[in-house]
Amino acid sequence: MAVRKTKYEMPEQDPKERIKNFREVPYGYDAETAIKEAQRCLQCKDKPCVDGCPVGIDIPRFIACIAKGDFDKAIEIIKEKNSLPAISGRVCPYEEQCEGKCRLGKIGEPVGIGRLERFVADYEREHGVKIPERAKPTGKKIAVIGSGPAGLTCAGDLAKLGYDVTIFEALHAPGGVLMYGIPEFRLPKEIVEAEVNYITKLGVKIVYDVVVGKTIPIEEILEEYDAVFIATGAGLPRFLGIPGENLNGIYSANEFLTRVNLMKAYRFPEYDTPVKIGKIVATFGAGNVAMDCARTALRLGAEKSYIIYRRSEKEMPARDEEIVHAKEEGVIFKLLTTPVRFIGDENGNLKAVECIKMKLGEPDESGRRRPIPIEDSEFKIKIDTALIAIGQSPNPLIPQVMKNLKIGKKGNIEVDEYCRTNIPGVFAGGDIATGAATVILAMGAGKKAAKAIHEYLNKH
Amino acid sequence: MYKIIEKQVLSETVKLMKIKAPLVAKHAKPGQFIILRIDEKGERIPLTIVDTDKKEGLVTIIFLEVGKTTKKLGMLKEGDEILNFVGPLGKPSEIEKYGTVVCIGGGVGIAPIYPIIKALKHVGNHVISILGARNKDLLILEEDIRRWSDELYIATDDGSKGEKGFVSDVLQRLINDGKKIDVVWAIGPVIMMKVVSEITKKHDIKTIVSLNPIMVDGTGMCGGCRVIVGGETKFACVDGPEFNGHLVDYDNLMQRNKRFIEEEQEACKLAGVI
Repeated sequence: MAVRKTKYEMPEQDPKERIKNFREVPYGYDAETAIKEAQRCLQCKDKPCVDGCPVGIDIPRFIACIAKGDFDKAIEIIKEKNSLPAISGRVCPYEEQCEGKCRLGKIGEPVGIGRLERFVADYEREHGVKIPERAKPTGKKIAVIGSGPAGLTCAGDLAKLGYDVTIFEALHAPGGVLMYGIPEFRLPKEIVEAEVNYITKLGVKIVYDVVVGKTIPIEEILEEYDAVFIATGAGLPRFLGIPGENLNGIYSANEFLTRVNLMKAYRFPEYDTPVKIGKIVATFGAGNVAMDCARTALRLGAEKSYIIYRRSEKEMPARDEEIVHAKEEGVIFKLLTTPVRFIGDENGNLKAVECIKMKLGEPDESGRRRPIPIEDSEFKIKIDTALIAIGQSPNPLIPQVMKNLKIGKKGNIEVDEYCRTNIPGVFAGGDIATGAATVILAMGAGKKAAKAIHEYLNKH
Repeated sequence: MYKIIEKQVLSETVKLMKIKAPLVAKHAKPGQFIILRIDEKGERIPLTIVDTDKKEGLVTIIFLEVGKTTKKLGMLKEGDEILNFVGPLGKPSEIEKYGTVVCIGGGVGIAPIYPIIKALKHVGNHVISILGARNKDLLILEEDIRRWSDELYIATDDGSKGEKGFVSDVLQRLINDGKKIDVVWAIGPVIMMKVVSEITKKHDIKTIVSLNPIMVDGTGMCGGCRVIVGGETKFACVDGPEFNGHLVDYDNLMQRNKRFIEEEQEACKLAGVI
């Protein structure tokens, strides 16, 4: 029988409907479709897909289990490598990773690996999560700073190895960017909570309302714990640095998304935190965060939601799926356009943005063609709200209080390939070490760090 | 959960609470603040730390009931609990021996200036305190501050206590009288800090103000609290809250503090707290 060339469809909420709610967009596969999709897998002996996976999940093996209908075994295989599959099954850039390496991709669409991961993770959550056995307690204590994807992964792996792990979280909820950054319609918070719950069932303690370096000095942590993993993420928002940026109506993506996601401002006034959205919203930037902003704006009632980006569609850093979803929902893309200044009224409220047209020149250091302003092409767009989604820098709090820690040019903590910093016993990983990247890379770093910490403590 | 151990009503709209938060109490320094969230649906609001009792693990906060959250907070009783209470946040005040320091507190801004007065006196400064309020009922912490001040002046808008007028009038008079002032610390309404800074700038007196923009996380993550200082954008939560008063763009701060005024009124109305 010839292999089907396209993925089995994953049903989604109708775009016209979904822009009126915050519910998740794709519904996920049912068991029957999952089995059919799994049967598309060629079970390549050399497993190219595994090379594309930052955490090294044995993809063909778990897919073979799904194909046989053994979902329990499938999730067990995933969880050998990935403690948070319901999350990565939703937000991973599969097309660049596992699915990008899939042989089927050469003759049609790759196997829907992400969809299958998501399916078994959801299946397990609905049918009761099995807690794996833990190793004998080692008697050693580890502090993890930050409960985002890197911190959670590292903590989970170390707990399984028998360590006494405490995560210190600055906010009132766990998950870091999974909670404050990624919107409900892309990653339901109920799922984040369930995945965090799994980590705590492994024995990990999470302490909230603790800003390490402020609430507890870093020296006390270093003294009390045998090893420390710093996973404080890339929380520092970047701004455009153009005139008028402090007018009312201009938010960093972080502020906008934190208000909506973490503080649930989309349910104001039931929830106390407000968010103000005008009729016309412009999001600056074209990464995943920008798509999240533009799509959230529509759901909050914006009549028009623009993405304004200085390069062309080809250079947009967002995942394909996010761009497709944004377009389906009516987000308007104004490409090769860059803002020059914001214009406000007499009360300091944003009224318009002046932009300039761009053209693409020679490739720059990033390999993408450099945008160049076209002279005398300035024009104004009337907007009520601006969302700045041009990236985040590593959180400066820990570097500020740990003076002897080696810091890179971008404010990131410098680490080697084992997530080791220059201070023995202090490890770092995720966005704090790499600068803003993806959830799965952070999880990969968390895994690597757990292994390195285990080795370090075996020697000390 | 963080328990309210003690509550005092300082005036009809100003309340004092001592909250059990041992980690915050242990590490707090003058000039720093906390962020609290009353319950699951609550917003996060910043409040300056007024005092700490390190032995008992208590943190004192004083707040003016202005919006839904502070009004709800004001209704809580001793023994009730607050869901989240995180701190100490922000940079501490730079306490050192400057010589003669004038500390100005306006309205509920008297609360955050109090620990600074105490600390400045402790390291040997000659502390002149100027307190201002709309009327005598709204004047708080007078006796506590008197204890740590070498000189104390009071001004009320209606003259019901001290002299009639503004704290800036008292400061101007001290300067006119030829008083040698090394540093001025001013905390209060934005307009008060602006006027004080204008006066001291003319006389080239170093001035420190503590800013109170709208915040969400308080850890430098959202940029909601951004203020313009010396032409640069700064985050009050991590770069401040104290800044050189001569460099702050007060007009921008006043504008930004009005960002959610309609939503605040709506929330209060719906909650029946106005």
